[in-house]
Amino acid sequence: MKIKNFNLGLGNFLDNNPKLSNFLPQAVTLFAIIFIIGFFTFNAQTNMDTRGIDFGFGFLSQESSFDIQFSLIDYDGSHSYAKAYLVGLLNTLLVSAVGIFFATVLGVIVGISRLSSNYLIAKLAEIYVEIFRNIPLLLQIFFWYFAALRALPLPNEAITFFDVSFLTIKGFFIPKFVWTNFPVVFYSFVAAIVSIVFIYIYGKRKQEATGQRIPVFFISIALLVILPLVASLLGGVSVELETPLLVQQSETIFNFKGGINIIPELMALALALSLYTATFIAECVRAGIMGVGKGQKEAAASIGLTPGQVLKLVIMPQALRIIIPPTTNQYLNLTKNSSLAAAIAYPDLVLVFAGTAMMQTGRAIEIVSITMLTYLSLSIAISIFMNWYNKKIAIKEK
Amino acid sequence: MLKTLKTLVYLLTSIALLVSFETGAMAAKKSKTLKKTQKMGYVRCGVSQGLPGFSNADASGNWSGVDVDVCRAVAAATLGDSGKVKFYPLSAKERFTALTSGEIDVLSRNTTWTLSRDADIGLTFVGVNFYDGQGFMVRKGSGITSTSQFKSGISACTNIGTTTELNMRDFFNSKGIKYEPVAFEKADEVVAAYDAGRCDTYTTDKSGLAAQRTKLSKPDDHIVLPETISKEPLGPVVRQGDSVWEDIVRWSLNVMIEAEEYGITSANADSMKSSENPAIKRLVGAEGELGAAFGLDNDWSLRIIKQVGNYGESYKRNIADTGILPDRGPNQLWTKGGILYVPPAR
Repeated sequence: MKIKNFNLGLGNFLDNNPKLSNFLPQAVTLFAIIFIIGFFTFNAQTNMDTRGIDFGFGFLSQESSFDIQFSLIDYDGSHSYAKAYLVGLLNTLLVSAVGIFFATVLGVIVGISRLSSNYLIAKLAEIYVEIFRNIPLLLQIFFWYFAALRALPLPNEAITFFDVSFLTIKGFFIPKFVWTNFPVVFYSFVAAIVSIVFIYIYGKRKQEATGQRIPVFFISIALLVILPLVASLLGGVSVELETPLLVQQSETIFNFKGGINIIPELMALALALSLYTATFIAECVRAGIMGVGKGQKEAAASIGLTPGQVLKLVIMPQALRIIIPPTTNQYLNLTKNSSLAAAIAYPDLVLVFAGTAMMQTGRAIEIVSITMLTYLSLSIAISIFMNWYNKKIAIKEK
Repeated sequence: MLKTLKTLVYLLTSIALLVSFETGAMAAKKSKTLKKTQKMGYVRCGVSQGLPGFSNADASGNWSGVDVDVCRAVAAATLGDSGKVKFYPLSAKERFTALTSGEIDVLSRNTTWTLSRDADIGLTFVGVNFYDGQGFMVRKGSGITSTSQFKSGISACTNIGTTTELNMRDFFNSKGIKYEPVAFEKADEVVAAYDAGRCDTYTTDKSGLAAQRTKLSKPDDHIVLPETISKEPLGPVVRQGDSVWEDIVRWSLNVMIEAEEYGITSANADSMKSSENPAIKRLVGAEGELGAAFGLDNDWSLRIIKQVGNYGESYKRNIADTGILPDRGPNQLWTKGGILYVPPAR
C-alpha cells in the first residue's frame, strides 16, 4: 500500500515536471550504459590480471620481425608493429578502391543493360546478376583464386603482353616507370587539374548566362595531356621503363625480377569483390532509372534531345538521387568484405595486423579494438563522403 | 512512465545479480578447472584443423594423433574415460585466445614452446610431446637438394600466426636472400597454393611437412630438404593461474613417456601391478598415493596407460604406422639415444 502510494507520488511528481520526466529516463539509460561498459572493462581487467596479461599499446613501437609479401610503402621485419599496421591498412584501402572502381563501372553497365530493349543483352545481364549475387562471397574468392592459380602458367611459360608484361602464377609482372625530376611532372598535373576546375566553373556560368556550351570535356583532356608533356620537355624529365626480367633459380624454378608485381592474391580478391558487389550496384542502378517517371523521358525526347542527352541530362540526374544511398551501403559492404582476404593470403589489415601481429604479440584486446576502430572510421569516412555527394545532387528547393 | 521505471529496476537488478555471480566464480579455488571439467563430464581440448599424425579427424569425426592422445590421457585421468573429450579445431591464429578466454582448458595443437609465449600472454607450457624443427619442402624436379641452393626471388608458402614466419625471416636474412612470403590463415590453403605452383617452397615444422605431404596431389614428387633451421619443441599448453590443473596435464604426459621407459603398455598394465619394481608399481597405482596431490584417485595413471597407451604406442599408432615419420629421431627415449627425458613420477 505504501509502495503504491510512493509510486503514485513519483508519477504525479514527474507529470508535474515535464522537463524532469524527459530527462530522468535518459539519465538512467546513460548511467546503465556506462555501468555495463565499466563492468566489462573491470571484468576483462580482473581476468587479465589473474592470468598475468598486461594491457598497453607499447608493443606498437616494437620491432615486428615478420615480413609482408606485398606493401605499398617501404617495409620489412625490422620496422615496427605500427608500420605493419599501416602496410595492412594501405593494402585494405588499395583493394577496396580497386574493387569500388570496377564494381561501379560494371554495375552501371549491367544495370543499364538489364533495361535494354535488346533481349539477349538484358537476359545476359540478368543471368549474371542472379548467379553472382546468390553465391557466398568467400566461395567466389576461393574459386577465382584457386581457379586462376591452376589456370595460370609458370614464369618460364608466361603469357606475354608486348614483350614487357608477363602474366604468371606468381603474379602479373608489369614494367615500372623510373622517373628523373618526377616533381615537375607531378606539379604540372596538379596545375592541369586546377585549371580544369576553373574552366568547368567558367563553362557553367557562360552556359547559364548566354546558353552557349563550350566543349569542357575535350579541353580538359587536352590540358591533362599537353601541360605535363610540355613541362616534362622543358624541365628535363626523362622516364625509363624497368621491364621484368626472367631469372632462373634452379633447374625448373624461374621467377621475374624488377618491374611491378601485381600478386595473384590481389587480382583474385579485387575480381571477386568487384563481380559480387557489381550485381548489387546494378540492381540499385536499375531501380533508380525505373524510378524516374516515364513522362520525363518522353518530354525530354519531345524537345529534341538525343537519346544520349536524355540519359545524361534528364534521366541520370534524377536517377542518381535514388541510386546513391543504397550504393553507399554497397561501398561500405565491399570495404568490410575485403577482410575475407585472410583466406587467400592477401596481406590486408586483418591478415597482417589482426592475424600475424596479434599472434606474435598476444595482445588480442588491443589489436582487435584498433582493427574495429579502423574499419569503423573507414566506413564513417565513406558514408560522410557519399552523404555529401548525395546532398550535392539532391533537388535544390528555391 | 511507471512501466519504464519498472523495466529499469528489472534491468539494474539483473545486472547486479550478474556481477555478484561473476565475482563469486572468480574467487580462487583449488583447481576450479578440474571441478568444472568433472561437472561438465568432458575435457575441452583445442586441436589443429587437421594435421595427420598429430590431430586429425577421420570421415566419421573420430580424432586421432599424438596431440589428441594427450587430451585423451587427461580425460582418462580426470574423468575415468579417455573418450570423454570435446575437440575444438582451431587455426594457429585462434588457439591462444581460445585458451586464455576460457573456451578450452587444454591446448594440444603442435604448439612451439617459446619464452614470449610462456611469459607474456597468460599461458603455461607443461612439457614437450614432440621435438621438431622447421624445414623446407620443394618439388623433386626443381633440382634443389639443399637450402644452400636457394636464391633471391624465391617464394615461400606458410601459415600465419606461427613461429615459422619469424624463423623464415631470420633464415633468409642471415643468408642475404630476398624472398616472397605467401602466408595463409589455414593449412589447407597453404597446401593447395603450394600444390598449384604458387610457391617454390613450403616451409613449416618438419613433422608438419611430412604430414601435409600426404595431402598433395602427387606426394612422391616432393621432397623435404635435410636442413633444420630452428628448434621447435611442441607441447601441450594450459591457462596461467591454475597450477593444479597445470600439474595434471603435465603428469598425464609424463606418465605416458615414463610408462614406455619401464616397458608398461596398454596390454600388460594390469599384470604390472605385481611387478617387483617400485617405480612400476607406483605408475600402475599399486603403491604410493600419487593421485591424491591432484585431487584424483590412485588409478589415474593406470587408466592413462590402459586406455591411451604409453608414448611409444601412441607414436607408433599415429606417426610411424601411418608412414608420416617412421624414424623417431630425437623423439626416442633418452635410454635409446633420443632426448625424451621426463622427471620421475614419485
